[in-house]
Amino acid sequence: MSARETILGRLRRRLDGPLTPPVSDFSVMSGRGWGREERLRRFEAWITSVHGEVIHTPRADWTRVLARVLADKGIRRLALGRAHPVAAEARAALAEAGVTLVDADRPVEAWWETLFHEVEAGLTSTAGGVAETGSLWLWPTPDEPRLLSLVPPIHIAVLDAEAVEDTLFEVMERHGWAAGMPTNALLISGPSKTADIEQTLAYGVHGPRELVVLLRH
Amino acid sequence: MSVEPPGVQTFTPQAFHRQAHDALGNPQIRANFRSAMDGLMGKRREAFADWELEALRELGASVRLRALAQLPDLLERLEANCQANGIRVHWAEDGEAACRLIRELCEARGAKAVIKGKSMVTEEMHLNAHLETAGIEALESDLGEYLVQLNDQTPSHIIMPAIHLNTDEIADVMHDKTGIPRTRDVDAMTAAARAQLRERFMAADVGITGVNFAVAETGTLCLVENEGNGRMTTTVPPVHIAVTGIEKVVEQLRDVAPLYALLTRSATGQHATTYLNMISGPRQAGEQDGPEEVHLVLVDNGRSAIYQDDELLDTLRCIRCGACMNHCPVYTRVGGHSYGTTYPGPIGSILMPHLMGLEATKDLPTASSLCGACGEVCPVKIPIPALLTRLRREAVGEGRGNVPGAGSKRTRTEAAAWKAWQWLATHPGAWRGAAGVAGKLGPLTPSKLGPWSDHRVAPKPARHSLHALIKRHRSATDEEGQS
Repeated sequence: MSARETILGRLRRRLDGPLTPPVSDFSVMSGRGWGREERLRRFEAWITSVHGEVIHTPRADWTRVLARVLADKGIRRLALGRAHPVAAEARAALAEAGVTLVDADRPVEAWWETLFHEVEAGLTSTAGGVAETGSLWLWPTPDEPRLLSLVPPIHIAVLDAEAVEDTLFEVMERHGWAAGMPTNALLISGPSKTADIEQTLAYGVHGPRELVVLLRH
Repeated sequence: MSVEPPGVQTFTPQAFHRQAHDALGNPQIRANFRSAMDGLMGKRREAFADWELEALRELGASVRLRALAQLPDLLERLEANCQANGIRVHWAEDGEAACRLIRELCEARGAKAVIKGKSMVTEEMHLNAHLETAGIEALESDLGEYLVQLNDQTPSHIIMPAIHLNTDEIADVMHDKTGIPRTRDVDAMTAAARAQLRERFMAADVGITGVNFAVAETGTLCLVENEGNGRMTTTVPPVHIAVTGIEKVVEQLRDVAPLYALLTRSATGQHATTYLNMISGPRQAGEQDGPEEVHLVLVDNGRSAIYQDDELLDTLRCIRCGACMNHCPVYTRVGGHSYGTTYPGPIGSILMPHLMGLEATKDLPTASSLCGACGEVCPVKIPIPALLTRLRREAVGEGRGNVPGAGSKRTRTEAAAWKAWQWLATHPGAWRGAAGVAGKLGPLTPSKLGPWSDHRVAPKPARHSLHALIKRHRSATDEEGQS
């Protein structure tokens, strides 16, 4: 008999008999009743409490703000996609900015060394934000692959204010996650961190040291 | 005979008393755990301040119970949905079978270097040592696990593996084992580890991780972490092997939301971890990164036996947050290594007897004052104190006998003493007689009562029993009333 059959058999022939599944009341997970301002205030308070940086920008102006962030942080090599409007607009605006744009929309094996050793920041779009936890949610795509938000020392994420929702539970329900999950879905709350050395917080242990959110209004 | 390198110590549950005694006498260990656990208790309290905590715990418990109530069906559903997503699913009856299976998966790829994300179930089966015997190097990438591995130790906490080491000790390890200049600067040490491990991620043939929640509905594996090493391990190497106990399955994707909210706040007082990484398949055609192969290894290793019993079943609700140890007055004083088991603290004391048998672990269910803190903070409401007392009964052969090693702690003398006590306590006449005799013999009763009287004065029977005193008092007041 296979291990599978043995294990399932043991579980099915349970000594104390079959169990009745309880019903779960999920009401505590939603119904926060926050208005737009409260929602954004909470999002910003939580993500900055874990070392995330939020920069507000009018939607029409966002690429100028991006260029300033890159200049302020001394970023000369930026990896980004191409097809997503965020990537396309950034490419157009940065063409003359003296920043080397590194294509992320190709198999990662083709640019390992550049990605791991040369790229200083990764730019990604986001699918939305979660106010309750100060989180971004991303569904990486061939245009903006998984490692773009992980390997470069700085992650710059573009988020639209109206895409911030109250709770993770509501995001999952409203956007029908269960009906079709992507290969990888991510919730990101701040830059990579550890407290494994005597409870002392340190950032950028494996992933980005900095997370910059460009919040577009 | 093997000679252990200096500083390396092997801990076993059989030696719990000696290990606990040593730890209690070690001011460094006391201080490291005390400050860490005090901080964690405070952070947890703050993190739940805005929540209807009882409603959330109730929901967490019901999510876990609902999953366990349908466990065989959900495992089949998980398997089918994972397979539909391109994840290959394997089953292992015990740790040894799981190790073999994982080794074969590695060998099939000609793997020599494995990078690991944090996984307690692989600690449970001693996977690293097994892979080493096959010439496969397994390197831990979680910073705490990396430090513990460099120091030839095992984790002393399920969430903070290196909590027993302080900054100076870690500075020594980093200097001695990786050759960096000696520094106490945490940022510098973290940056050094980042650089060392990045090369290893890129060179690894296989990434191995645990799983926090496996979603049956969608065939999704959820990993909760702060460092990003889990994302690296599941994205960079060409093969990802996820290993999980069979109890980690949940029914629906929405079930993840309350469990995640409970897990991060209970574990470290965080409102969210840096990453919640949800994996539903290997790299698809057209995608630029991610592993070519994703495997899920479902490990039983004693869990289906726990599953048989209505009371013991609650053990399997655990989401491995560590809150029970952070709040345990015993754990916070003796530290994780004293228990000598993969899972220390209250959860270890109710889980390890099933994995190792009560004979080896008979001192663990009694390593508790039954103060109830563990049960009060448990995010999924596991009645840990009740389970500790159940295992105490099983250990002395007074339970249902369905825990391995049941009855191994029973001694004839103790059993006879309790039997006599029980008989006396239910026979008032005999009780009064015995109490009278004991009162007269007071000074002659033993002053040594085993370990119990090591730090306590043995009780001496009173010359007159409470009954006799009340009787005398009554007759005195009656006389007063009559006069």
